[in-house]
Amino acid sequence: MGEKKSYERYQRQIILKEFGEAGQEKLLQAKVLVIGAGGLGCPVLQYLTAAGVGTIGIADDDTVSLTNLHRQVLYSVNDIGLPKAERAASVMQGLNPDINIISYNQRLTVENALEIVKSFDIIIDGTDNFSTRYMINDACVLLDKPLVYGAISQFEGQVTIFNCCQESHDKPVNYRDLFPQPPKEDEVLNCAEAGVLGVLPGIIGTMMANETIKLITGIGEPLINRLLTYNALNNQVYELGLSAREETRALIPASEILFKRMDYQWLCGVSVSSFEIDGDTFDELLENQTIEVIDVREIGELPFVYEFDHQNIPLKYIGDSVQEIKSDTIVIFCQSGKRSKTAAVQLSGIFGTTKKIYSLKGGIENWKKSHSIQQS
Amino acid sequence: MPIRIMIFGQLTDILNSHELTLTDIADTDALVSELNKRYPSLAGARYMMAVNKQTVTANTILKEDSVVALLPPFSGG
Repeated sequence: MGEKKSYERYQRQIILKEFGEAGQEKLLQAKVLVIGAGGLGCPVLQYLTAAGVGTIGIADDDTVSLTNLHRQVLYSVNDIGLPKAERAASVMQGLNPDINIISYNQRLTVENALEIVKSFDIIIDGTDNFSTRYMINDACVLLDKPLVYGAISQFEGQVTIFNCCQESHDKPVNYRDLFPQPPKEDEVLNCAEAGVLGVLPGIIGTMMANETIKLITGIGEPLINRLLTYNALNNQVYELGLSAREETRALIPASEILFKRMDYQWLCGVSVSSFEIDGDTFDELLENQTIEVIDVREIGELPFVYEFDHQNIPLKYIGDSVQEIKSDTIVIFCQSGKRSKTAAVQLSGIFGTTKKIYSLKGGIENWKKSHSIQQS
Repeated sequence: MPIRIMIFGQLTDILNSHELTLTDIADTDALVSELNKRYPSLAGARYMMAVNKQTVTANTILKEDSVVALLPPFSGG
């Protein structure tokens, strides 16, 4: 009886020859986590529920407000003030009682994110702030989970699948390959500040649900390593190929312990240039304070530095070497100032405000030049 | 040698347009400095760049009819 009813429920998609009973079975076995049950999350949750994804997690710590209702179509006026994760779960269970719905009425943090993400096969990012988006991205890279990403601004939306490889594709791309460092929260306006056309997250969220279903069932061409942008005003669709970047990996915590030490909210409040100091400031620090100086170049990279005490921790190992860093003030240098800036941002994410972390602007090249030291 | 520049998201507020055409621009570095000169607040804005629908990070030669896209990060959900 149960099986017959379930065949009837999904019959219209099962009869698609590309989809079939095999596709339906794959959906039933799939475990998908939707982070953010807002404008994007609502349509994603509705369509995945309707399609018969076997296990759906919902993570959101927010409550329903009247300003949500023009775009967050799972909720009604009776839900105002109630937790979104619970209200969404209740509506979804009514739509499809045969699937397993797990609601997490809590904010995803570095403390709980990895445990929650681990229980699912595919993660969907429908959040509304950069600190959570970077955290989810890093968690997915660390745990090797495909991430279906969508984001909106006013009349435009973006969709892609990160951290996923198909045989024909090469390296998996993640969000940091596009934007290595988070912008400050006030640098880019969110929906509350900039406004959003209510139907836009409906369109983008539905595309995210579609990509998820394609990914699970293996049909069509999912947006792996391709970013689709959609403009609701002129219906212009623009698709871009994305490429992995070598230097990105160093920005992502390399282990679960390091992930838990990250302070993503703080990272989003800091501009990268605030880490940089010039040669004169560096000289003053060398004279007046007990600072620790770290060379993040590769071992043996020239020129050698004999002018001041320092230790050499190549950039790719910096995240694993935090125990070796004892002082409260750290100056990092490299050849030109680029790698050291990356390292400064990474260490700041780990140490937060407990240490002062600086990057030597222009690198050791510039410092030696300004001190008229012959390059060795 | 016309270069077409497509502008996305809130960068359109800085460049006052969804699309621009510039001529005599040799590469993406030259494009960025020309745009920063014309639209000073672009210098402080964060965006990624694609040339002919592929993201680029290093300086890239622009040829006749190259299409450059400038995309800012979106946070809304």
